Amino acid sequence: MLINVPETVVADGLRGMAAAHPELVVDAENRLVVRRDAPVAGKVGLVSGGGSGHEPLHAGFVGPGMLSAACPGEVFTSPVPDQMVRAAVAVDSGAGVLFVVKNYTGDVLNFDMAAELAEDEGVRVARVLVDDDVAVADSTFTAGRRGTGATLFVEKIAGALADEGAPLERVESLARRVNESSRSFGVALGSVTTPAKGTPTFDLPSGELELGIGIHGEPGRERRPMMTSGEIADFAVHAVLEDLRPSGPVLVLVNGMGATPLLELYGFNAEVQRVLAERGVTAARTLVGNYVTSLDMAGCSVTLCQVDEEMVRLWDAPVQTPALRWGR
Amino acid sequence: MLDTDFFRRWMAATAAAVGREADRLTELDAAIGDADHGSNMRRGFAAVDEVLEKEGPTAPGDVLTLAGRQLISTVGGASGPLYGTLLRRTGKALGDAQEVTADQLADALGAGVAAVAQLGGAQAGDKTMLDALLPAVEVLGTSFVEARDAALAGALATVPLRARKGRASYLGERSIGHQDPGAASAALLVGALAEASGTSGGGDA
Repeated sequence: MLINVPETVVADGLRGMAAAHPELVVDAENRLVVRRDAPVAGKVGLVSGGGSGHEPLHAGFVGPGMLSAACPGEVFTSPVPDQMVRAAVAVDSGAGVLFVVKNYTGDVLNFDMAAELAEDEGVRVARVLVDDDVAVADSTFTAGRRGTGATLFVEKIAGALADEGAPLERVESLARRVNESSRSFGVALGSVTTPAKGTPTFDLPSGELELGIGIHGEPGRERRPMMTSGEIADFAVHAVLEDLRPSGPVLVLVNGMGATPLLELYGFNAEVQRVLAERGVTAARTLVGNYVTSLDMAGCSVTLCQVDEEMVRLWDAPVQTPALRWGR
Repeated sequence: MLDTDFFRRWMAATAAAVGREADRLTELDAAIGDADHGSNMRRGFAAVDEVLEKEGPTAPGDVLTLAGRQLISTVGGASGPLYGTLLRRTGKALGDAQEVTADQLADALGAGVAAVAQLGGAQAGDKTMLDALLPAVEVLGTSFVEARDAALAGALATVPLRARKGRASYLGERSIGHQDPGAASAALLVGALAEASGTSGGGDA
């Protein structure tokens, strides 16, 4: 690993991010990353956060057109309420704040606590839950579906709407709709090594893969012998379409888990597009790259989001963040 | 009677146990989670040590509410709010009494455990920290050593269970055959009670 010691990985990352991105305010001590022009008068503030290790999610999405602030926790660990309260206060112009919360017990508990505390400080807080992962079956008897790739769609589209000056209720409502219109499925070709553990979190022999993985290095639902890119696309896209059943065009995110080369991700995208075409589903827009990662995990995920004209327009709207930049 | 000093010793013994066992907790959490439980708990209880040293609370309840608040601010994940709530609620239930009996502690901890169950939505058998805490609370008024043993047995009993809460629940049946890391750390917390009260471990009425 490219680290000094495990204890300083997050602090080191924040310091490096601050140096590379002077357009952001990086508070390494209190662990928050805020857009420099916050609070933006009349606009809803968009705050998210989660464990570190998924970069660029979320700090890489802070900037005009997307997040107002991000709260990084320890590696794979939900951030603490203190961070989100500080962030909410920093980005609230009086128009209120929307918390984008990935559906993990820790994230939900900490963001819920933070929302209460922020309200005590006079900030109006709404929350949207992201729970797009279809791999977790029988979600009634589990902690529910995980928040994965759709987080990017929610943050981009809600961020664009917030930048247009829409009120909190509308931003919350649209964010919810984006989540409900999105489904994801992920696959791991290798395990992940966290700084704290120093060795892979689970044993995945070469020649085998894990289907239905999340982004925190936990084992997936099922292990199988290695499949080709085309076979993986057949399986993953099928799993998503069976659940989403889109009746119109979709946004496509082909996301790398961190260690899979971009060349392979693009090849995988070719297969994803083939399956979509075979199933008569139109890809309105496609994004390929490492966006919702899991440290050094080899693997990928597919997220599809059924969109209407407004959502496509907001997807196309200008954005200026470390990880996504277009339209300006 | 259990005084402020006892509660400080309890927190210190927990911090020491968690520090010693952090790697084991990490291993348990790697099997059915994301391998961060050990370092999170160690960091949290090290911060508890510091804040208790710095603030010097003067009542048993204050020791716990201060510790709980610190855990919420430093642990992160689900463990932060859950353990934080456990200690804060227990501390509140003890009020500002300067000394409490083992029975009073048992009642207060019962309230703390109930708050955890409500916050996390879990119940016995879901393969969580509750599976160590619930059996411990039942015998806590009788003896800390019995409570320690009950918590340990409860943690081990999570091995064959299928997880219905938390990250392990995503694994479905693959969570079977592994001890729950939250139950393991809860057993350390309860075990520290016995340690804080000395080798006899018996609570008095």
